[in-house]
Amino acid sequence: MEGEQKEPLQSSLRVQELIYGLRISEVMTSKVFAVTRNCTMRDVQTIMKNNSITGVPVVGNKRVVGIITMNDLMNALEQGAMEENVTKWMVGEVQTLAEEMPLSFAISAFGKFSFRQFPVVNKKNELTGIITFRNINHALIRELSRQLREMEQQHENPHEQESVRLNKVYQLHRYDFENGGKASSEIKKFLKQRGIPSKVVRRVAVASYELEINLVAHSIGGMLGFDINEKRVKISAHDRGPGIADIEQAMTEGFSTANEWIRSQGFGAGMGLPNVKRVSDEFAIESAVGMGTMVQAIIHLNKESENEG
Amino acid sequence: MKVSEIESLGTFTCLQGEYEDAEIQAGYTSDLLSDVMGNAAEGSVLITIQAHKNTVAVSSLAGVVAIIICNNRPAADDMIEAARSEGIAIFQTSGNQFDTSALIAQHLGGCPAR
Repeated sequence: MEGEQKEPLQSSLRVQELIYGLRISEVMTSKVFAVTRNCTMRDVQTIMKNNSITGVPVVGNKRVVGIITMNDLMNALEQGAMEENVTKWMVGEVQTLAEEMPLSFAISAFGKFSFRQFPVVNKKNELTGIITFRNINHALIRELSRQLREMEQQHENPHEQESVRLNKVYQLHRYDFENGGKASSEIKKFLKQRGIPSKVVRRVAVASYELEINLVAHSIGGMLGFDINEKRVKISAHDRGPGIADIEQAMTEGFSTANEWIRSQGFGAGMGLPNVKRVSDEFAIESAVGMGTMVQAIIHLNKESENEG
Repeated sequence: MKVSEIESLGTFTCLQGEYEDAEIQAGYTSDLLSDVMGNAAEGSVLITIQAHKNTVAVSSLAGVVAIIICNNRPAADDMIEAARSEGIAIFQTSGNQFDTSALIAQHLGGCPAR
C-alpha cells in the first residue's frame, strides 16, 4: 500500500469486517432469563442477583412485552414496591433486534440507544436470546485471535505470487467520491493479472463499484470487504446507517433517494442495487433503519455463469 | 475505426492523448454512470457530458477506451490526470450528444446490431 496517511491497519479493518459480518444469533447469549407478566419485582431481583445480569425481558406467549432493567428495579425498591407486578414497572416499548441481523446493526443500536442489552427475537418475533456489550467483546476477541492465527500461518507459508487468494477491506467515507472506485479498480487489476476471464472480472467490477458508490453516496460511512479464493469472489458491504426503510423499493430499478448533487454527478439513477444483484450469483441484503445495511454479493470464478455483465 | 481517428473527424480536440490506439468496438451514449457501468460494451467510446473523475473510474471498469465530452464542457484536471494513468483517451467537442453519436456511429459502420 502506498504511503497514505492515517490509513488504518489492514488487519484491524479485517477484524472489524469479520465481526460486523457475524450474525447476532452467533454472538448472543441464548440462555435468557425472562419473567412472565404475573411475576413480581422481587422475582426479578432474585434472578438478577443470582445470575449477575442487569436486564430481564418480560414475555407473554414467547413475545417480548417489556423489559425490567436495574434502573426499574431500583425505582421499585425505593418505593417499597417489590411485591408489585412487573407490568407496573417494566418499560413496555422494547427495542429488540432480529437474530439474522449482522452484528454491525447491534453495534449501531448500542451507539444509538442508551440500553445495556437488547432482547433478540426470531422471525416469529419470539424471544431467542439477549445481547450485551460483553457478547460483542467476546466475539471481538475470538475474531482477533483467529486473525492473528491466520497471519501467523501466512507468515510461515507465504502464498505464491500467482495465488488468487485475497482478503482485503476498504474503508469508505460519506461523499468521498474522490476515492469511490479505488477499491473496484484495485480488485479488477488483481483478478485480471491472475487470468480470470474478462467477463467475470467485469461482473465483479460492476458489483463492487456499485456497492462502493452506494457506501459513499448513501451511507454515513462503512466498509467494503473482499474475500477471494479459487472458487469465488465474496464482496460484503457494511455501513453504520442510515439503513433502508423499504428494501423491496430499493431493489426496484429506477428508485433512488439520491439528492440533486449526487444525480448531477451521474449517480442516483436507481440502478445500483439492481445492477449488483444482476451480476451476482448469490445476493443478500439486510437493513434496518438507524442501524445500517449489509449487502453480500458472491460471484463464482470457475463456472461460465449465465449472468451477463 | 481507431481511437486516434476520432480527432480527424473534425470538431474534436484531444485533451488526453496518452492511450493505446485500439480499434473501437462500439459506442455508448449516456450520462448515467451506473448505466454505462452496466451496459457499455468492452472497447466502447463513451459519449457523455459527465466531465469528472468518476467518469474515468467507470470507463476503466467497463473497458471504455475513449471518452468524448460534448457541448464543449470543460474537463476537470483530475479527470484528465486519472484518464492518463488509466490510458483512456479524452476528446472534447462542441457538438451535442445526438450529433456526435450519429457521427461516430456512421464511422463505426452504422449502429451495431444489438
